[in-house]
Amino acid sequence: MIKTLLFSTFISLVLSACSLEPVQPWDRDLLAQQKMQLVADPLEIYLDEHTYFSKEASSGGQGVGGGGCGCN
Amino acid sequence: MQLKKKRQGPRNIRHQLAAATCGLLAGSSHASSLIASGDNWKIDSALLIYAEKDRVSLAEGVLSISKEIDDDEFINARIVTDVLTGSSPNGAVPSSTAQTFTNPSGNSTYTEAANSTPLNHTFKDLRNALNVEWDTPLSRSLRGTLGGNISREYDYLSTGISASLAQDINQRHTTLTVGLSVNKDTWDPVGGVPVGFAVMPTYPAKKALDGANADKTVKEILLGVTQIINRQTLMQINYSRGQGSGYLTDPYKILSVLENDGSGNLRSTNPYIYENRPDQRTYQSLYWKGVHQFPNENVLNLSYRYFWDDWGIQSHTVDLRYRFDFDGGHYLQPHLRYYQQGSADFYRQTLTDSEETTLSYASADYRLGEFVTQTIGLKYGFAFKNGAEINFRAEMITQKGKDRRADAVGLLQNQQLFPDNEAYLLQGGLSLDSDMLIKYIMRFFK
Repeated sequence: MIKTLLFSTFISLVLSACSLEPVQPWDRDLLAQQKMQLVADPLEIYLDEHTYFSKEASSGGQGVGGGGCGCN
Repeated sequence: MQLKKKRQGPRNIRHQLAAATCGLLAGSSHASSLIASGDNWKIDSALLIYAEKDRVSLAEGVLSISKEIDDDEFINARIVTDVLTGSSPNGAVPSSTAQTFTNPSGNSTYTEAANSTPLNHTFKDLRNALNVEWDTPLSRSLRGTLGGNISREYDYLSTGISASLAQDINQRHTTLTVGLSVNKDTWDPVGGVPVGFAVMPTYPAKKALDGANADKTVKEILLGVTQIINRQTLMQINYSRGQGSGYLTDPYKILSVLENDGSGNLRSTNPYIYENRPDQRTYQSLYWKGVHQFPNENVLNLSYRYFWDDWGIQSHTVDLRYRFDFDGGHYLQPHLRYYQQGSADFYRQTLTDSEETTLSYASADYRLGEFVTQTIGLKYGFAFKNGAEINFRAEMITQKGKDRRADAVGLLQNQQLFPDNEAYLLQGGLSLDSDMLIKYIMRFFK
């Protein structure tokens, strides 16, 4: 629980440190670039998630779905 | 990457704007990268080679095809095939003498040399998986995604469905996301499902079985907020909660059982038993990601995840990718990942004689132990003028764990109980659209 609170505080600080600036649609050219997407290379992220799912006890966080496996 | 678009004009501007906002969907959605339109399909492919030192090797091919089937409405199919071979730790601890184990089939044995981590050398697997997603606008500010997946190994079947909604608010500066998924999996292990804590019999005796197969269900929910911070920055925060129920044990993992005298010697009869885990698990995570483009056009992609569950596991994951763009379409992207995990409450590296009669659960699976994973890698990519892209990456992954002192008694103090691991990953990728592919094929056969 303490770590959860610490994490929440960290996120709040990050968000408050970034002043939100309105970005008009015609100013979203950078945000539209593929390299600026949250998942810029879906296959790379898929392969990473599959690898670490097989080797660690934690998984997920970025999205839902995708399926499981009996990986070793 | 940007692919050549067949249509020019207002619709493409709308795609760019849609990409900027729809890209704010939770990570499972591929909407942000789907820019194929008209009769064109977008094709992404990758081949991964993953090799652990003295253990498992894997080759995995992925093909993803996407198409805009109506205005701003997309379908995506991802096909995966992987082949795995090699050895995996079976859960037993090293010993100063050679150890002989019965194969999961019960039809033969394998022997591990003295002072070596016992590995099951019989792993061979072929997995085929299909994932299909349909992503569609439901109103001017609401998108919906439906997905289905099936994955088949010779001893494991996984089927699942997922759905998510993404609502843009605040003049499309903010996207609220909710996602749900349900997975139904079935183990069909070689030799059947062993009874938890049952003895691994000495060949040719047969292990006690709890049936030929076993099911588990995993349900997940995700709540997310994505925010445009400024023209160069966006952030995402997700909360996920999942619940697994059913057979959550690994049917191939065992535990070493020691004598009670503190010597560290295996007990004289039936020194190995099958692990046994709870049949319920609830896990949660908080996930933050930020993407920022610097004035020199380099892009930082940084994420942090805090994960915890009711098995007592907690973990912290930091993932950093930094993309350097160069003239002519070249880029380099270093990748660093740090993962630190605490152990499950029932993680044990050894048990002592008769302890299995008093414990409810125990597992020596190293993946439930206390360890750190570190990854360092580099990716090189090149974007052609027509929008196609090739990329390559190489990474090294090291996994180092802690021995559980209470389990390392007597002779075992001279052994390394946690099986540290080192792995290498090589990946090549190619992205193009169907028009380009047809042209290349025609040119090849001319």
